[in-house]
Amino acid sequence: MATFKEFRNNVKPNWCPGCGDFSVQAAIQRAAANVGLEPENLAVISGIGCSGRISGYINSYGFHGIHGRSLPIAQGVKMANRDLTVLASGGDGDGFAIGMGHTIHAIRRNIDITYIVMDNQIYGLTKGQTSPRSAAGFKTKSTPQGSIEQAISPMEMALTAGATFVAQSFSTDLKDLTALIEAGINHKGFSLINVFSPCVTYNKVNTYDWFKENLTKLSTVEGYDPNNRELAMQTLMRHNGLVTGLIYQNTERQSYQELVHGYSETPLSQADLQLDQAHFDKLVAEFM
Amino acid sequence: MINQLSWKVGGQQGEGIESTGEIFSIALNRLGYYLYGYRHFSSRIKGGHTNNKIRVSTTEVRSISDDLDILVAFDQETIDLNYKELHSHGVIMADSKFDPKQPADTQAAMYAVPFTEIATQLGTSLMKNMVAIGATSAVLDLDITVFVEVVQEIFGRKGQQVVDKNMEAIKAGFDYMKDQLGAGVETMQLEKADGNKRLFMIGNDAIALGAIAGGCRFMAAYPITPASEIMEYLIKKLPALGGTVIQTEDEIAACTMAIGANYAGVRTITASAGPGLSLKMEAIGLSGITETPLVIVDTQRGGPSTGLPTKQEQSDLMAMIYGTHGEIPKIVLAPSTVEEAFYDTAEAFNLAEEYQCPVIVLSDLQLSLGKQTVEPLDFSKVEIRRGKLVQGEVPATENGAYFKRYEVTADGVSPRVIPGMKNGIHHVTGVEHDETGKPSESAANRIAQMDKRFRKVENIRFNTPVYKNAPHEDADVLIVGFNSTRGAIEEAMLRLQNDGLKVNHAQIRLIHPFPTDEVLPLVRSAKKVVVVENNATGQLANIMKMNVGHAEKIVKHVKYDGNPFLPHEVYTKVKELF
Repeated sequence: MATFKEFRNNVKPNWCPGCGDFSVQAAIQRAAANVGLEPENLAVISGIGCSGRISGYINSYGFHGIHGRSLPIAQGVKMANRDLTVLASGGDGDGFAIGMGHTIHAIRRNIDITYIVMDNQIYGLTKGQTSPRSAAGFKTKSTPQGSIEQAISPMEMALTAGATFVAQSFSTDLKDLTALIEAGINHKGFSLINVFSPCVTYNKVNTYDWFKENLTKLSTVEGYDPNNRELAMQTLMRHNGLVTGLIYQNTERQSYQELVHGYSETPLSQADLQLDQAHFDKLVAEFM
Repeated sequence: MINQLSWKVGGQQGEGIESTGEIFSIALNRLGYYLYGYRHFSSRIKGGHTNNKIRVSTTEVRSISDDLDILVAFDQETIDLNYKELHSHGVIMADSKFDPKQPADTQAAMYAVPFTEIATQLGTSLMKNMVAIGATSAVLDLDITVFVEVVQEIFGRKGQQVVDKNMEAIKAGFDYMKDQLGAGVETMQLEKADGNKRLFMIGNDAIALGAIAGGCRFMAAYPITPASEIMEYLIKKLPALGGTVIQTEDEIAACTMAIGANYAGVRTITASAGPGLSLKMEAIGLSGITETPLVIVDTQRGGPSTGLPTKQEQSDLMAMIYGTHGEIPKIVLAPSTVEEAFYDTAEAFNLAEEYQCPVIVLSDLQLSLGKQTVEPLDFSKVEIRRGKLVQGEVPATENGAYFKRYEVTADGVSPRVIPGMKNGIHHVTGVEHDETGKPSESAANRIAQMDKRFRKVENIRFNTPVYKNAPHEDADVLIVGFNSTRGAIEEAMLRLQNDGLKVNHAQIRLIHPFPTDEVLPLVRSAKKVVVVENNATGQLANIMKMNVGHAEKIVKHVKYDGNPFLPHEVYTKVKELF
């Protein structure tokens, strides 16, 4: 069984010193080892932006696609090989701006993959513009007077879209984050994990200290039940979305793969491509 | 006796016009006639004029005809819009219900037939279409028992009574019209067909069937006219093979999901029309730079933007060749018949894996939706070739280094592994990268990787890059087309040859990389080159000029009114030159 070190490669990340993404990288490597994966059975599919580079920093199959499209690529990979563990990842711009349509539909489709968003509430790689996660009033290069748009609440949005696994974490909570990624991988269906991953260069508001002050761990909320969707929504609204931990899980709904009519029990990528003549003749006869 | 016939049925959309044509065609196809049908329809569900023009012949036909023998009209609009196609001894059969008026300037005979009235008397006005089939059979002197089998198949699940009623409706229409024609009136008696079994299908059926035969087991797609039949067919048939179709949220998801599945080792297709292809472009570039096999179908329709969504056009040519930003190797195939659509789609999966690049199968609305008789498909011609996909175990690399997925090789093609393979780990990125997939901005690496990617397609092996019918070493004219213009060109060629002109014909099947070596000698040996295409700017003509030169000889013959070329339009254009 592979150790977390075996999920490391020799590529030096191009992230700024102190970037929250380093911890996410470490948490993915630990979670992969903890659930018993071998590197070749993990595929990390990422979007574009600082965080999108993560697929190149893990010793596994990695696909760094185009901006906003990590989810459809990841779903395609999983449909092709149901035995692979597929992680999609990217930033808040990737998942909640350009790729928002895919995020909602991946949630409702419920293909068994895990989506980790590194949420820094800013566009970092393009050097400091507003993000759909930036709070109203947030001043950036593209919103010099302060953002006048409402920030997206991804966890509430996920619940309304029919998510079966919704979690949120903070990049410094390596242990909690690792455990949530493991739970996400083990969940049979689509898992969304939003990780507050501060940008130390461009976001001077939502800093490590700011999160420490403002985040509430759900484990400290009395009577919290992650199987109760209504309670999850209420708690998110009460805390303005600033909670960490497993927010909601539905273990009853079957994943997409389990519901697809006729879908191969073995990886489709191993299917024999040669159609037999009798099968072909049967198909052709329908056109006579 | 006649050996071919052109029949058109028209009315309001949603009135069963399509199924009337369908029943008529299937029955005749089974008798061994060759059929070619083209539907005129609008982008709405109910209402608006629609018609189905069907050509019946004892020999192969691949084009709609210039004129019309029989027009079946369920409203006055059908007569007014279509009577000019009728030749002097043509026949109009119009539903007496709408009190049809015969246009003054036609010599065609008109019969007001109580289609609706007869059907209503038999139980339901819905059967007016069957009455019309019966009446048509009387004009053609066709034995109506040929419809028994088809009616049974279509209405059998509704019970024997419905089957019987429909056959009664056909018979009533037949008897009524026989009476009207009388003993003295000449019928358009059709010559007997050969009785051979052939297929009757649309191009999209052939594309979907070709995909299955070619090993495709997954599709990601978004509905659009005129491509949706491909996904609708595959969702019915792939589950039996363990595969499926996902209807995605948009075209971008369709294309990127297809890339994901292809990357992970499953032959996957996506299909759309122009608007969808525009959305897929960034992803096609990703397939190009990541060298991920990808098969995309573009069923062209009238553009730009929403354009003429239900009409014929061939205006995506340049976009399919050059549409992505940056430069990638790409293969663009353009089948010109339904048979070719089958073989080329199957082959597209081989090319995509052998050259590890996007392969676009270009079709057009006329080819994709025109329903026609197709000679039996030879499954033994379909091969599965997976190129440099590593089979079996991947040897361990030194010190666990990443697999050289983008190794610079002599032919430009690198060994390919798929996720799950031990020792195959590598990185894939749309960023320029080195041999292991690691991002690299080095100038030397950039040149090495760009050159390697383009080297792959320098010597494409494709069985028939150009369909040629070129009997003349010195031709007066070479007519060139792509996709569905083939039928109209072939018929025009026959007429031109009868007039004494030396005509060669080339239908380009491998659009990109352009088969210059095949086309240049044909251009050189012709006095004039007429390029026939359904677009406004002469895109294929321009591509020819870029690749083979001889601009002085090349004459554009374009049509962009939404309708397919008719044989006489090609004939007339060539005649003008001589």
